[in-house]
Amino acid sequence: MIPSVFTYRRAGSAEEACDLAAEYGEDAKYLAGGHSLLPLMKLRLAAPEVIIDLGGLRDLSYVTDQGSYVAIGALTRHHDVEHSSLLARELPLLAHAAGQVGDPQIRHRGTIGGSVAHADPASDLPAVLLALDATVVARGTDGAREIGIGEFFQGLFETVLEPGELLTEIRVPKPAAVGWSFQKFTQRAIDWAIVGVAVQGNQVALVNMGGTPLRAVTVEAALADGESPADAAAHAAEGTSAAADIRASREYREHLARVLVSRALTEASTRA
Amino acid sequence: MKVDLTVNGKEITADVEDRMLLVHFLRDVADLTATNIGCDTTSCGACTVLLDGESVKSCTVLAAQASGHEITTVEGLASNGTMHPVQQAFHEQHGLQCGFCTPGMVMAIVSMLKENPHPTEEQVRTGLEGNLCRCTGYHNIVRAALAAAEVSA
Repeated sequence: MIPSVFTYRRAGSAEEACDLAAEYGEDAKYLAGGHSLLPLMKLRLAAPEVIIDLGGLRDLSYVTDQGSYVAIGALTRHHDVEHSSLLARELPLLAHAAGQVGDPQIRHRGTIGGSVAHADPASDLPAVLLALDATVVARGTDGAREIGIGEFFQGLFETVLEPGELLTEIRVPKPAAVGWSFQKFTQRAIDWAIVGVAVQGNQVALVNMGGTPLRAVTVEAALADGESPADAAAHAAEGTSAAADIRASREYREHLARVLVSRALTEASTRA
Repeated sequence: MKVDLTVNGKEITADVEDRMLLVHFLRDVADLTATNIGCDTTSCGACTVLLDGESVKSCTVLAAQASGHEITTVEGLASNGTMHPVQQAFHEQHGLQCGFCTPGMVMAIVSMLKENPHPTEEQVRTGLEGNLCRCTGYHNIVRAALAAAEVSA
């Protein structure tokens, strides 16, 4: 399978990427690792006229300790998030989950910023960052702005990013509660999650239970009211809008959400 | 567009379509046909090659993205007629049946052993999650990976 015809441009800096995006407007798409976008282009589900390759922006690949939070460059690959000793120490949920994305080859190419900007609700890292209350930094031709991850995702593959705006950094606060868990249910090892659950302390986020990653707010409220993890997990499907597809019905996804939230809360409590 | 790749140590400059995939560059431009196209959907790993020493699926990388980088295919592993330890281990452990997945499996294992020279069997199996063998011949592939790690130790 071959993508439809497009013009390839390689950006040498974040500034140049934004300038190129402004030049080409809505016909252009940014390409980071390309492991979400290129498969869609090969299937002709996406057909951008211009590809702006961000692969040369090595200065946007970093993980740094900023005291109260960890800053992660948007072009940091899943492989590098997985193997960061800083993240293993401060944000083990994120390091572990990055190691569950796709397979080793995909993790050698895919980036955290690409995964977030692509906004596929079946992706692991958007939900993990939602559980962690991350903030994303976006740069446009008018300067940079910070966006809370809770406001970032608008719908299936939709975010608040304006055309041409470039996600440059993800800031993840160091969690107060240390217990964490990541649960992912798939048919084959490399598949997208049918349902996934990320837990940090009493913060619970769901993968693939709606058009965006979701916080399981009813579960969190139940935990705050002192309910046991098992009782709280029974609320996991409330407020969700899971799709039915070839892998699972909506009812099965709701069942999985309850089971996986229960497992995640139990595992997180053993790490607390 | 003009791309400039180093493939198995040899620089190759070519004028290609912007949309050309790396796997097509390797097979059709560089004339290195050991790298197979299997699923073409980033699932099976048959097209795995090394990009700057790390395993990638060449059906999901543009030749343009790889321009300026080093690619290693299975043809580039042997030196002076001596097989690479992973190739030798596949031979000795009968790590292949039909052979279609073999180039990708070998490259995935070369990359894995570079990152983790002494994997456990479980780590080998997990590390090969991105490579499918349509003959389901996984046991001997895993044995080959472990044997290669032993030899390199």
